[in-house]
Amino acid sequence: MFGDYEAQRHWQEITFNLPIKQWYFNSSDNNLQYWGLDYPPLTAYHSLLCAYVAQFINPDWIALHSSRGYESQAHKLFMRATVLIADLLIYIPAVVLHCCCLKEISTKKKIANALCILLYPGLILIDYGHFQIMYNSVSLGLALWGVLGVSCDWDLLGSLAFCLAVNYKQMELYHSLPFFCFLLGKCFKKGLKGKGFVLFVKLAGTVVASFTLCWLPFFTERAQALQVLRRLFPVDRGLFEDKVANIWCSVSVFLKIKDILPHHVQIIVSFCLTLLSLLPACVKLTLQPSPKGFRFTLVSCALSFFLFSFQVHEKSILLVSLPVCLVLSEIPFMSTWFLLVSTFSMLPLLLKDDLLMPSVVTTMAFFIACATSFSIFEKTSEEELRLKSFSVSVRKHLPRFTFLPRIIQHLFIISVITMVLLTLMTVTLDPPQKLPDLFSVLVSSVSCLNFLFFLVYFNIIVMWDSKDGRNQKKIH
Amino acid sequence: MRIKWVECAALSVMAALSVMTGGGSWFLALALGVTLLKCLLIPTYHSTDFEVHRNWLAITHSLPISQWYYEATSEWTLDYPPFFAWFEYALSHVAKYFDQEMLNVHNLNYSSSRTLLFQRFSVIFTDALFVYAVHECCKCVDGKKACKELTEKPKFILSVLLLWNFGLLIVDHIHFQYNGFLFGLMLLSIARLFQKRHMEGAFLFAVLLHFKHIYLYVAPAYGIYLLRSYCFTANKPDGSIRWNSFSFVRLISLGLTVFLVSALSLGPFLALNQLPQVFSRLFPFKRGLCHAYWAPNFWAVYNALDKVLSVIGLQLKLLDPKKIPKASMTSGLVQQFQHTVLPSVTPLVTLICTLIAILPSIFCLWFKPQGPRGFLRCLILCALSSFMFGWHVHEKAILLAILPMSLLSVGKAGDASIFLILSTTGHYSLFPLLFTAPGKKNLFLIGWKLSTSLAWALWKSSVNLYSLSPPGS
Repeated sequence: MFGDYEAQRHWQEITFNLPIKQWYFNSSDNNLQYWGLDYPPLTAYHSLLCAYVAQFINPDWIALHSSRGYESQAHKLFMRATVLIADLLIYIPAVVLHCCCLKEISTKKKIANALCILLYPGLILIDYGHFQIMYNSVSLGLALWGVLGVSCDWDLLGSLAFCLAVNYKQMELYHSLPFFCFLLGKCFKKGLKGKGFVLFVKLAGTVVASFTLCWLPFFTERAQALQVLRRLFPVDRGLFEDKVANIWCSVSVFLKIKDILPHHVQIIVSFCLTLLSLLPACVKLTLQPSPKGFRFTLVSCALSFFLFSFQVHEKSILLVSLPVCLVLSEIPFMSTWFLLVSTFSMLPLLLKDDLLMPSVVTTMAFFIACATSFSIFEKTSEEELRLKSFSVSVRKHLPRFTFLPRIIQHLFIISVITMVLLTLMTVTLDPPQKLPDLFSVLVSSVSCLNFLFFLVYFNIIVMWDSKDGRNQKKIH
Repeated sequence: MRIKWVECAALSVMAALSVMTGGGSWFLALALGVTLLKCLLIPTYHSTDFEVHRNWLAITHSLPISQWYYEATSEWTLDYPPFFAWFEYALSHVAKYFDQEMLNVHNLNYSSSRTLLFQRFSVIFTDALFVYAVHECCKCVDGKKACKELTEKPKFILSVLLLWNFGLLIVDHIHFQYNGFLFGLMLLSIARLFQKRHMEGAFLFAVLLHFKHIYLYVAPAYGIYLLRSYCFTANKPDGSIRWNSFSFVRLISLGLTVFLVSALSLGPFLALNQLPQVFSRLFPFKRGLCHAYWAPNFWAVYNALDKVLSVIGLQLKLLDPKKIPKASMTSGLVQQFQHTVLPSVTPLVTLICTLIAILPSIFCLWFKPQGPRGFLRCLILCALSSFMFGWHVHEKAILLAILPMSLLSVGKAGDASIFLILSTTGHYSLFPLLFTAPGKKNLFLIGWKLSTSLAWALWKSSVNLYSLSPPGS
């Protein structure tokens, strides 16, 4: 009924009033149909912590059964404050630290970079918008700490942070493969027989230890762990729900895949496609681990998962946006474009929450911040778009292939115009009676096309990346 | 659906502008950024001033001119000069496309979502004049050294201080008033005086006076400056007056400008024989020494002292409890009262105190004119003195001192440190205007902290910048 706001409040109620063994089980006190807990244990512990604070301030907020649908000014302030505190403690320091560690950039540009990342409309709107209180910043922040740790060679701390992130929201598994490949590649580089093996064992130990620590209360009985897993991965739900900027949703406009293929075949097909699309980048990362390659592989893997996986929610695009924010300083033009599209893809969700004005305002603020800090419209040459080596390779076969930057610029303009028009149409016009979902379908299809383009682009960067590095070394 | 059309139109215009900003104009980026922030403030708390302005829209739209200053259905009667009434009249013609109901005089406290949207957008829209005025002021500010770093340029600092002034944001876009374009007029007239276009400056100030008469606080500065530095066309080598350089032509043209503007404004009411009524509305001396929201001026301290002394007197049995009037000076919005221990204060006394306070700066302006900068200093001092000693002063009047001070602060390190103190305390004193859910207060505590740290950072940078410049310049 009320949305994620009520869900979060309900979880505080459940975790505070019921023993751990009952959190994930259906019982008379805990009706799983009414916003049942479907995130890993760390979310539950966080809700418990918030519940203690709520109990201190006003026990009515989390009283068992009687506090359903509770809403008051003070309670709203409390909930929003918890999001803000979580943001301040976890996400924002990670962003600031990331920008401080950027190399070869002046302090002013570092600050501008941090500002642009923090202004990203998607995260602000989803976490602070009307009734969405999702604590996405916690899981994304923890993942960011993981990325930072691993890039700066603090592998154990980084993997610990990432394990915590996965244990907070299971969607972080989208990022798990690049982490795995990167760390594996590092182990290979150090030599499988010596230091590499030691590192491998240490990392495995860290991962196992962190998982055990989080899941300890649930390991007492086999049924417990299985039930939690069943809540986390609802495999009986189907390929997609609602309109998502996903391949499956877009294809189902023409082909009703849900009806054609049986259920288990759907899962297998999506699994295979996802694997196929992210395999090249991951293999490349394992063979040639580098922090830069790691970041780009994060983007392409997360994007592959978003496009081809099953039961993807619109909000999952945030998992792709975070790595793109990390590469904002390297390819400002494409990153800004991607982040604008990602916010646009969530338009139906935002309109449902009455967030038209804030979303347009924050999008424009973000665009202005990026445009003035990075002067993105001047950075559209081949060199700037990291497509130099790719174009060089193509030109060996087609000598006239010099028009890539211009094509990309034209595509950008078409994309922006389409997004603006669709936004205007969705807001002002009523859809025809026969096709009530016309506008959301259009939005998701257009976003899907954009995302496919970005998938190809980021994969090209990853695959042709080392040759770029090698050429530069030759020049120097 | 109409609301969404308007939102879309406004936002499309801004989107187009923001695309142009991609070219890198920092001024446009700053202006657009703060406009976007103002859009986000649309659904926030608004005070009774919202109803005041809606009422004036209704009065000017539905009633003939002869009724404007007599209408009293609502308690919020028209108490601004005629130009502002005409401004509301013009706005009401746009308002009727949003919601016809808000223009009904009897619809007290009417605040549909369309009304809210219209009023908020009108403030945001009229702020365009303020943006233009800031642009003109930036032209008058020049750094001594050529700065490559954008954030150290005085123009940039001044733009940030003026466009993102949190006091103005609080008063205009939350509490709800139309100060943006009025301050735009004032800053524009100051800029014209800096650019030696005195007639325009005088004209703009005359117009401004007839929009909101609170600017009478700074009228002495204008009068003395124009008389001394414009009517006397030249000085003796040592800086004192050269009496034979007096230009009657200039004096008469100034007088004519002011007279024509006043005639345009007050003429219709003179013809209707309503001037006394207009003046009684404009200068309501029955209202009392202190406004409901305590303006932190001298009389607040005076009242507090009186209260303390009366309490002490009661304890020590020096005073007879029966003689102390029951009315307290802080309860209720507008009341007259008598002081118990200290002598009572009448409007005449406050006027005398104010005049004494501004006398030194006026003397300086007359005997040792230092060009436009001296005028600006005198203006700020007039504003501060009137704020300190005036009768029924609003807290918002502190903005009258803060905004021109920003202009001075980018010029000298000493001014910058004074500005830091002034703006911090001034903005802090505006917080009672937001008495609502604590959440808003927290948000603006953050905003105030940001603006304070911004001012501090700018002060630091200006100290660095001007540490090498000779003092007294």
